[in-house]
Amino acid sequence: MAQVLLSNVRKSYGDVEVIKGVDWQINDGEFVVIVGPSGCGKSTLLRMIAGLETISGGEISIKGTVVNKLEPSERDIAMVFQNYALYPHMSVYQNMAYGLKIKKIPKEEIEERVQKAAEILEIEDYLERSPRQLSGGQRQRVAMGRAIVRQPAVFLFDEPLSNLDAKLRVQMRLEIKKLQENLGITSVYVTHDQVEAMTLGHRLAVLNEGVVEQLGTPIEIYEKPQTVFVAGFIGSPSMNLINGKLDDEGNSIVLPEGGTVKLSKGKKQYKGQEITLGIRPEHVTLAKGKENGIEVKISVVEQLGADTLVHCTLGKGETKISDTGFVVRLSGIKTFEEGSFMSLNFADKHLHMFDAKTGKRIE
Amino acid sequence: MLKRVHFGTSVLPYLLLAPQIIVTLVFFIWPASQALYQSLLIEDAFGLSSEFVWFENFENLVSDKTYLNSFQRTAMFSFSVAFIAMSTALVLASMADRVIKGALTYRTLLIWPYAVAPVIAGALWVFMFDPTLGIFVYALKAIGYEWNHKLNGNEAMFLVVVASAWKQVAYNFLFFIAAMQSIPKSLIEAAAIDGAGPVKRFFSIIFPLITPTTFFLLVVNVVYAFFDTFGVVHAITQGGPAKATEILVYKVFYDGFVGLDLGGSAAQSVILMAIVIVLTVIQFRYIEKKVEYT
Repeated sequence: MAQVLLSNVRKSYGDVEVIKGVDWQINDGEFVVIVGPSGCGKSTLLRMIAGLETISGGEISIKGTVVNKLEPSERDIAMVFQNYALYPHMSVYQNMAYGLKIKKIPKEEIEERVQKAAEILEIEDYLERSPRQLSGGQRQRVAMGRAIVRQPAVFLFDEPLSNLDAKLRVQMRLEIKKLQENLGITSVYVTHDQVEAMTLGHRLAVLNEGVVEQLGTPIEIYEKPQTVFVAGFIGSPSMNLINGKLDDEGNSIVLPEGGTVKLSKGKKQYKGQEITLGIRPEHVTLAKGKENGIEVKISVVEQLGADTLVHCTLGKGETKISDTGFVVRLSGIKTFEEGSFMSLNFADKHLHMFDAKTGKRIE
Repeated sequence: MLKRVHFGTSVLPYLLLAPQIIVTLVFFIWPASQALYQSLLIEDAFGLSSEFVWFENFENLVSDKTYLNSFQRTAMFSFSVAFIAMSTALVLASMADRVIKGALTYRTLLIWPYAVAPVIAGALWVFMFDPTLGIFVYALKAIGYEWNHKLNGNEAMFLVVVASAWKQVAYNFLFFIAAMQSIPKSLIEAAAIDGAGPVKRFFSIIFPLITPTTFFLLVVNVVYAFFDTFGVVHAITQGGPAKATEILVYKVFYDGFVGLDLGGSAAQSVILMAIVIVLTVIQFRYIEKKVEYT
């Protein structure tokens, strides 16, 4: 049972705390993705699990053993690095066999394990080559092969696909997913890429400034982001967030730029409160009539083929180039005149409301 | 027309090149050709006449036992210096590579000896190991060892080797640490996860990856020991006792300027010149080979 348990894990460099108490249980065979903006501490957290960074506070345990003081090699883990970290002076075979040789595993078994891993990853033909003769995708496979042959309890991935080109990235993403399913080894995967985060993991942890903002299945996180940060971070293009205020009855939201959003179910307990209203670009619809929508001014239209992104600004005032604006995503090719006005509708069930002060979700 | 543009008759390029060419001609080509010419002459004891003898000087050298001994001694000396200087530097560099706090101070201190002139370095060691005043001699006496490099040839050799190596450690250290720091951290981390301890990591990952640097330094160190250690030897032992520390470059000086055998001395310099040319060619041939860190 390869469970990974983190309890109140902290890391600080001098006075600066970068991981601020992470509690987390990763179940056996689970694929967990840590996602967050750069500098949020996601790689640090992974490196702490690997044993490459010391732990300033709290406890990490793997398979029921506290590993805080153990060397990386004693933690029964394997790691895939962003730059692959293949040993350039060794052949592919030697790269994969290196860890096993150190463990003093008999030669025949090493050969068997490497051969098997090479078959899984389809790199049998390259075993005698040196890493520099391989392409990026092949190197990535060798790096994974090196992890697989060790038959670890936990796989750690540190942005393994970010050095690959877009096409290869999609392919390798699928391969990693399949591989993890087949091997059933507990995996922790760090990325800043939305798509990888949404597609790969059973569960997703959104990390921000050393705090896990939300932990849940990708769909939970998409449908019910618990904080403003998660709402804005997950989803592409990101969720529109506008400031507003619930009216005195709690029945509708008043927007400072003008316009109100009526709620079918009143929120009496929050009446009069400042809130942040969130609506994903793909959930915005064009209003039939002017009366029941919010009027916006269209500033830029981007036609992507499958979708059309309309960037607009709320209200009628002058628009500046720096306005983050409001994005509407409509399927298919639509044409709009830049500078004109249109009315938008939000379906009630797609509205997200957050406390303006704490950033927490309001149900 | 085009030709004229490219090969204009301006004197400017010649003027700009002149200083370097003059320096090379005056300080390298001229003395070297003088040595070449001189090596074919035999002069009488009073320097009044000289006779052109083709390769007699070289023939004499080849059959001269003291020369062959000196050759052997120099080979031993050079490899000892190179070995000690490089292994010490390697150990220091691998340690400095792991230091995080105060790394700059540590590195700066280690680089200092390189700025010390050979004669000063020699003088330093002479004082420390002086049979009557030396602090090390005093310490050795305390553990019952009688040190006197003025009488004991092996001790003298040891001292010259150590002093020469000490001066070269700083240079080697710089190159080694630069090479080590260009190895990506993740390679070392990957090896650590693979279960390799610090020593195993050093021998299976770090050392193989810095081979090009090691090779370059080997050539540089051998060249240094062959040619640049004159000052050290001159300051510490003057080639003695009983020629025990007379390496080739010192013998050139001694035979030429003390023994006044200009022809023989010139022939020795020509041989040294041939050696340095060969070493330089080797170095340029192979130094271009670089390891690519994936």
